[in-house]
Amino acid sequence: MQAIMIGFFVSSMVTVPAGTFRPLYGRASDAPLPVAAFALDRDPVTRRDFLAFVRAQPSWRRSAVKRVHATPAGYLADWRDDLEAGDADDLRRPVTNVSWFAARAYCTAQGKRLPTILEWEYAAAASATRRDASREPAFIQSLVTRYASRRHPVPPVAEGETNAYGVRGMHGLAWEWVDDFNGVLVSDDSRAVGGRDHDLFCASAAIGAVDPTNYPAFLRHAVRAGLTGRTTLETLGFRCAR
Amino acid sequence: MMSQLSKALLNAGAAILLTATATACRDAEARNGVASAVPTRALPELRGVEKAVLTAAPNVPPPITRDYATKVQVELETIEKTMRLADGVEYTFWTFGGNVPGNFVRVREGDLVEFTLKNHPHSTVPHNIDLHAVTGPGGGAAATLTIPGGASVFSFRALNPGLYVYHCAVSPVPMHIANGMYGLILVEPKEGLPKVDREFYVMQSEFYAKPGADGQPHSLDMERGADERPTHVVFNGAVGALTGDNALQAKVGESVRLFVGNGGPNLVSSFHVIGEVFDNVYGEGGSTVSQRNVQTTLIPAGGSAIVEFRAEKAGTLVLVDHSIFRAFNKGALGMLKVTGEDNLAVYQQLKGLGMAEH
Repeated sequence: MQAIMIGFFVSSMVTVPAGTFRPLYGRASDAPLPVAAFALDRDPVTRRDFLAFVRAQPSWRRSAVKRVHATPAGYLADWRDDLEAGDADDLRRPVTNVSWFAARAYCTAQGKRLPTILEWEYAAAASATRRDASREPAFIQSLVTRYASRRHPVPPVAEGETNAYGVRGMHGLAWEWVDDFNGVLVSDDSRAVGGRDHDLFCASAAIGAVDPTNYPAFLRHAVRAGLTGRTTLETLGFRCAR
Repeated sequence: MMSQLSKALLNAGAAILLTATATACRDAEARNGVASAVPTRALPELRGVEKAVLTAAPNVPPPITRDYATKVQVELETIEKTMRLADGVEYTFWTFGGNVPGNFVRVREGDLVEFTLKNHPHSTVPHNIDLHAVTGPGGGAAATLTIPGGASVFSFRALNPGLYVYHCAVSPVPMHIANGMYGLILVEPKEGLPKVDREFYVMQSEFYAKPGADGQPHSLDMERGADERPTHVVFNGAVGALTGDNALQAKVGESVRLFVGNGGPNLVSSFHVIGEVFDNVYGEGGSTVSQRNVQTTLIPAGGSAIVEFRAEKAGTLVLVDHSIFRAFNKGALGMLKVTGEDNLAVYQQLKGLGMAEH
């Protein structure tokens, strides 16, 4: 019965048209990168969605997940049991405490994939009214405020705000996995070789950034820098792309 | 005349020679390590292990009585929480240990500090720690990027004695500091600090508070931060943290030492105590008294000072940033209540308002 019901709750997708995007890290003189059109889940994947997935694929249940695929202590830690994801409210929340491996497996099972960082940031640069609001101080400020007022547990997906593309809740609910989360930082000559997590401390993080005022983007990059493929966070979920 | 000139020339020549010889000698000494301008610090042998006792401001951990170096374990957790910044202003702080300023750490020169940084599972972002007392990459930041629910451990030798600021240094750093992520670590000189009757922990910082929508807590106002135009300048994390019932307390005749830090993120403090003169100032938080009899001492953002004085007179001393609009309008005000038998020989009102007419 429940398996049949689930079809109603699988989130619909939104087409994000092609365009160009200037990543946070790079040279101001660099040409913006082209982004091909893609489809993105309107909402983050919910606990209900993920429950259907683990019903179908027992190897991704909490008690069965491989240690190399997720930290056992953290994976779905806020669920009551393998197939008990919480009450009706909980089922409407974005699923969090999922690893990159699990998120990837979920998307693959839907015939989808995780968005790339470029795609995610491109879509997330939209305010409610403008597709690229990444240089609008009021929009930047609203994200700083929104990140600072994140709640526990993460709110149901219906509380997400819809942006100009029609995508919901990219900023107000939880952080989201991207496929290439660990390839975030271009190595810039003025920064230490490798451009990985330890280069994110102090003012050095601003070196090589196109827009040092985009604090929300720095926060997202800092979150990604701390992740490995098996990390799980209470505040980290995902959505799929195609 | 000629002889005088040649005499002068001779003298000058001799002086040059002398100088040259002296320089050569100093160079030789430096090469031999006899009088190098920069000391080579030997690492003392370590004996035992102990857990550091951390304190919330205005309290300071007790002086270290050990006369040897040890391995000190310090554990600090980063916690994001909403607290009062001023009356009617709740702010979502990011903290070390749940307090602003962060908990005070006290170790001894030469100690090996094993530092564990935890990040609370409910945190929204990763945190780390840069302790200015650390010699090494990022002051520890390079080794301590810690995700929510995670922990990092690194160790350092407390090579240099002094009073040092620590702060979070995850990008974007100004946001982490503006939200309250700083505190003080004292590396006590191996010979110890002279004994005083009272020690207090005071840290100045400023906030750029923007009201949240629908009564949500305040959070960082980006524009005010970038413009260095704070809404609040405070001691110990909130307006009134050191006034009224929260005032510091001392008795007439006692010696007082204030460990004063400035977390910034932007402003330099003109630290002054109204009604007192600092007998000793350890300028910029260094390990020696650099000046005596000081009215106002400058404390840079990301810096500190140690000030000492004797409370000779009963009454209330007022701590201020003497960039005085900050004290009057924005909260940079604290109190030290000195009680006990008054000392009229030091100060006495003789005639004026509030006195009975004779």
